[in-house]
Order: sequence, then C-alpha cells, then structure tokens
Amino acid sequence: MPEISRDEVAHLADLARIDLSDAELDQIAPQLSVILESIASINEVASDDIPPTSHALPLTNVFRDDVVVPGLTAEQALAMAPESEQQRFSVPRILGEE
Amino acid sequence: MTDYLLSSATELVAALEAGETTSVELTTLFLDRIAAVDGAVNAFLHVDREGALAQATASDERRAAGNPASALDGVPIAVKDVLATEGLPTTCGSKMLEGWIPPYDATVVARLKQAGLPILGKTNMDEFAMGSSTEHSAYGPTHNPWDLDRIPGGSGGGSAAAVAAFEAPLAIGTDTGGSIRQPGAVTGTVGVKPTYGGVSRYGLVAMANSLDQAGPVSRTVLDSALLHEVIGGHDPHDSTSIDQPVGALVEAARQGAGGDLSGLRVGVIKELGGDGYQPGVLARFQESLDLLVAAGAEVVEVSCPSFVHALAAYYLIMPSEASSNLAKFDAMRYGLRVVPEAAENGTQPSAEDVMRASRDAGFGDEVKRRIILGTYALSSGYYDAYYGQAQKVRTLISRDFDAAFEKADVLVSPTAPTTAFKLGEKLDDPVAMYLNDLATIPANLAGVPGISLPSGLADEDGLPAGFQVLAPALADDRLYRVGAALETLLEKKWGGPLLAQAPTLDGASA
Repeated sequence: MPEISRDEVAHLADLARIDLSDAELDQIAPQLSVILESIASINEVASDDIPPTSHALPLTNVFRDDVVVPGLTAEQALAMAPESEQQRFSVPRILGEE
Repeated sequence: MTDYLLSSATELVAALEAGETTSVELTTLFLDRIAAVDGAVNAFLHVDREGALAQATASDERRAAGNPASALDGVPIAVKDVLATEGLPTTCGSKMLEGWIPPYDATVVARLKQAGLPILGKTNMDEFAMGSSTEHSAYGPTHNPWDLDRIPGGSGGGSAAAVAAFEAPLAIGTDTGGSIRQPGAVTGTVGVKPTYGGVSRYGLVAMANSLDQAGPVSRTVLDSALLHEVIGGHDPHDSTSIDQPVGALVEAARQGAGGDLSGLRVGVIKELGGDGYQPGVLARFQESLDLLVAAGAEVVEVSCPSFVHALAAYYLIMPSEASSNLAKFDAMRYGLRVVPEAAENGTQPSAEDVMRASRDAGFGDEVKRRIILGTYALSSGYYDAYYGQAQKVRTLISRDFDAAFEKADVLVSPTAPTTAFKLGEKLDDPVAMYLNDLATIPANLAGVPGISLPSGLADEDGLPAGFQVLAPALADDRLYRVGAALETLLEKKWGGPLLAQAPTLDGASA
C-alpha cells in the first residue's frame, strides 16, 4: 500500500515551491495517502506491450508561416506586473547575498 | 408579454428577428435578474453591465441595418472565469489571480464578440477548475438554484447555475473531467464537451492541457448546437486545434427534434451504472433509454472493462499536467506577489522565497493537493509506476471506446452517479468528491465528445438527474441528434422543460 510520509510531502512542496505550514502538512499528508491508495490499482493494469498515450489526438508538429504578426506592447505586457522598472519586470534578488 | 427570461436562446433570436424585442432590452432583463438573485446563487464573480449594454447596442444597430453578425447576434451570454477576457477580470476562482485583467481575449471570447453575443459577466468556478462542487472557489461557493443548500456541480457550477437560475440564456464552460457535463446534470441544464481540439484552448487558463475543452452550456440541446457552431472550428493560435470544419450541428439538432431515431444503435456502458449510482438517477436513466427505443433506436450493452481504472488514470495524468501548468504562477510577471519579511540579519527575501510565499498564499487546499500529487507522480522513481502506467491505461480506454463504437453509434450512461449533494458534505473527503466524475472522465481521456441533458427528477429527493451521450471523435453531430430527440420526448412527457419545475428564486435576495 503506498504511503506518503509527512517528510516526503514537505520535500514535494519544496520541489513545487510552496511554503506549506505545519498545519497544512499535517492535513495534506494523510489525504494524499488516501488518494494514492485509491489509485494504486493502476500499477497492475497495463502490461509492458501497451503503448502510452500522452494525447488524445495523433498530432505532430504544427507550423505556421514565418511572418511577423502584432504582439502585445511593452505597456500591455507590463500592465499587470507586481512591479516594473524601465519597461522591464522587476523581481526580487535571484542570487544569494555576499 | 412573453417572459423572455424563461425563453431559450432560439426563441430569443426569433423575437429579435421579429422586432418584438431588442438586445438592449434582453441584456437589461438578464442583468436585472442577476442583480435580483445572484446574492443568493453566487454564480457570477464579475458582472459587466456597461460592456454588455454597449455590445447589445451595437448588436441592435447591426440588426436594424439588416446585417446581424451570426445566428445568435444579440443573445447575452455568461463566460466561465477561466477564459481570458480583455479588460475584464479573470481570476480562475483563485486568489492568485485576484484583480488580474488580461491584455487579450481567448479565442472563444473573441468569437463570441465577433458573433455579437453581449458578455454579461464571468462565472464562478472551483479554483483553476479543480473540483466537482464549486466549493473550492476562493470567492465562496455557488448555490444550486434547485436547492440553495446544495452544490451546483463543478468546476463550472457558476455557468450551469447562471443558466438554471435564468440569469443568462447561454454560458461557456470548460470540461477537463466532467466540469461542463456534471454541473449540467445536477442543475437540470444542458452541457456539451466537444471533441478534444474542436474548440480552441487559446486563452483558456490550462489545468490539464491534454484534457481541457471548452464548450456550450444552455437550457436546450438546440441552443448548445447554435453556440457550438459559433465557438468551434480551427484556430491557428492553438496547436492542438483540429483543422476541420465544425460540422452541421444545428441541422443535426433540428433533425433529432423530429423524434425519429430509426436505425440508431445505442450502446449502454455496462461499467457505468449499478453500484454507487443513486436509484433515482438509474430510474430516470432507464426511462430515457426506453424513450429512445420507442423512437426507433436499438439498444445494445457494451463493455468497457478499462473504464474502472479511468478515475485512477485521471487522478495521475490531470495533477501531473496541472503541477506543470501552474508552475507559471511564480509571482514574477503577473498575479499575486507576497514578499516575506527580511531575515533577522537583514537579508532581503530572494525571488525563490517570494515564489514560495506567494504560492502558499495564492493557492487553495485542493490546488495544493493536486500540485503535490502531480509533483509526486512525475518525480524520478515514481514516474514509470504512476504517470507511465496512467498513460498506458489511457491507451486501453481509447481501445475500449473504439471497440464499443463498432457495436454502437453512440454510448450512453447516467452523467453523474448522484443528484446534487449538500454544500460541505464532501469537502473534507477528496476521494468521495472525485467519484462524482466517474462517468464523465473516460471521454476526456480518449478525447471523444459528450453531452449531458436532463433526464428528470430523482424520486428520493426531487432533484435533477442527467443523461450522458458519448460519440466518436469528430462525430459531435450525433450528440445533438440523439440529445434533441430525447429532449423532445421527455418534454412531451413532462409537459414542458424540466426547469419550469425549478424554484423561481423570487425573494431569494431577501
């Protein structure tokens, strides 16, 4: 039976870049275990010779003509930014200090 | 005077054509209805009175000049808040996008505007379309117009409730695992999930992009066909859009309404019925089936053995895609940004700190559950056991559909296993909530089209039940032919539309 520990959920939340509080971890870990239990049967269903389907349509690459089309202006693109400066998105520091 | 609130879109068009009313009059009527009852229903997250009336005025001018833009020009519509609308807030039911105003229109929205349908507003939904009850909206649940203490289905509960409460004659929904059809079933309305790729996803905020599909929500089958023809068809902005004409859907609905189904083979899916289905839902399903037989259809039982694994496959594929799609909400370019306090030594929070804090504050419980589940299913060591296996099951489900469609022209089942449950009843039990989509999920995994239409009221609780029809990919016309035939036969039996039996909500705002 698949079990997912509190530590494992904390690690996954870290990978997904979500700060979960202790209370949230306490709540989510057992819920995920129940969900995983209910879908565990998936492991025994398909044999090795069944090809996977990632998409309902058998699509290959779709191309368009290489022509210039209008896009958003810088003002439009930046209009909803949390912060902008000199026609650019302004973000918190991305490197460690020191 | 005809009560236009209760009219179908088809009837509204006829009244507009006859010069008996105007789009401004109709749009005002629905805006006033929203003002009167939406305090109790909470189907709308945003109402655009000014914009809708401006669109209605333009429509009336076109019609006066003898130049309507489409078959639905002037008929107002509500749009699920997961579709980008230029200049109108688009929140996806999430705090993450509170106040976000997109700089562009989704293709579906652009087509509605080109066709002259005034947009009344944006409808409530489970956050990022994750849910089956609309209770996961960050802006409060939508209430089912049949019983305000019950859920309207989800994720598109707002669109279905708006149409059921006569706040709009038409709406747009999106369906990833049943989010158009299941709300349709529990609110006594019609909802269609087109063939995957039949309606553009450009500007539809993705939950699971290999499953998401926008489609019509209405009170009659013909109305859905009219709307489907407006929004459907190839879009170069969506690389998964099917490059083929939409097909003669309105014609199929009109033909079906004649009530003759001679020669049609209807397959009853053995695995979608019986245990876990409410007796009243099954009784209405059987009655509808008998009506199809009386109309000349031949009923066969088909077995789709892999469908029992559809829910499991879905709850691996959908969260996997969702965890990847929702990674874009990183607090950098748009959406919520929460900046944690500086550390004690004065170090300012990094971009990553901001990202983590923003995603914690901006996402609700169900979204977090699914992101973490998806992250788990895609992580090394588990990928083959979960995501890889789920993709194989997806192949098996498609094969089941192929085999079944050799024996039958359409497949049928109850849309949802139960009628609307009480608000709060399943909120703390994710697995119980997921079971609502048992019968609708297989169509999304295989990309085939499906419709839900009302089959009557369950004996136990007097609440609506839904009848689902599924067709092969690109054969959406069959949904409309069979749906319209069944609707005609049922309404003859009921003496009118099922929604005529719904509470009026007069005084609901009190």
